[in-house]
Amino acid sequence: MRATVWLRGVLVALMLGVAGAALAQANLEINTPAIAGLQASMQARHTQLAGLYASGAIGLTRDGNIALRDANAVPLAQRQQANSLVAAENQDRTALYREIARANGKPEWEGEIRATFAQRWIEKSQPGWYYQNPSGSWVRK
Amino acid sequence: MQSLNKGIVMKDRIAGLLAALVCALALGGCVTINIYFPAAAAEKAADKIIDEVWQIKKDADAASGDKPAAAR
Repeated sequence: MRATVWLRGVLVALMLGVAGAALAQANLEINTPAIAGLQASMQARHTQLAGLYASGAIGLTRDGNIALRDANAVPLAQRQQANSLVAAENQDRTALYREIARANGKPEWEGEIRATFAQRWIEKSQPGWYYQNPSGSWVRK
Repeated sequence: MQSLNKGIVMKDRIAGLLAALVCALALGGCVTINIYFPAAAAEKAADKIIDEVWQIKKDADAASGDKPAAAR
């Protein structure tokens, strides 16, 4: 009698545990049309941004965006265009972080996703590019 | 006699329920960390997207496949 009750208890616990484990995801969902669109837009823009990264005109910020850090590295005639590129890129990045959080049904994860990206952009950037260290100063990789 | 038996059965029931509760809480605790924020999965997703956006090629295969052949 006692053994049966215990067994039943353990079974119930196992079922609850398995249900909980199924909710935890091994991968984040990133295959949505919105995310694919943002990715394509950023990929296309990167051909224009690559030179600006290399010259040090723009750098990767600690909060997962990019910023014009040295306007003098851009010829005056192209400065306005550089500014627009930075603004458009940051708009896409913010949308990307939001869309990933939403695609996984966890809008509250946006900040943590942004923080994860901030680290990975810097980690994967090329030598010579500039990034912001945790205290906010620019560092050349 | 019958009421004594009933008392024992009740005790067993409560013990069983308590055991279930303790096990569920213990298992739930392991899972909660994952539900909160899957940092490793987020990193993997970020890497995948960054590789696409920056067109970073996975040249590990090409390098290990080509270099020994070129050296010989």
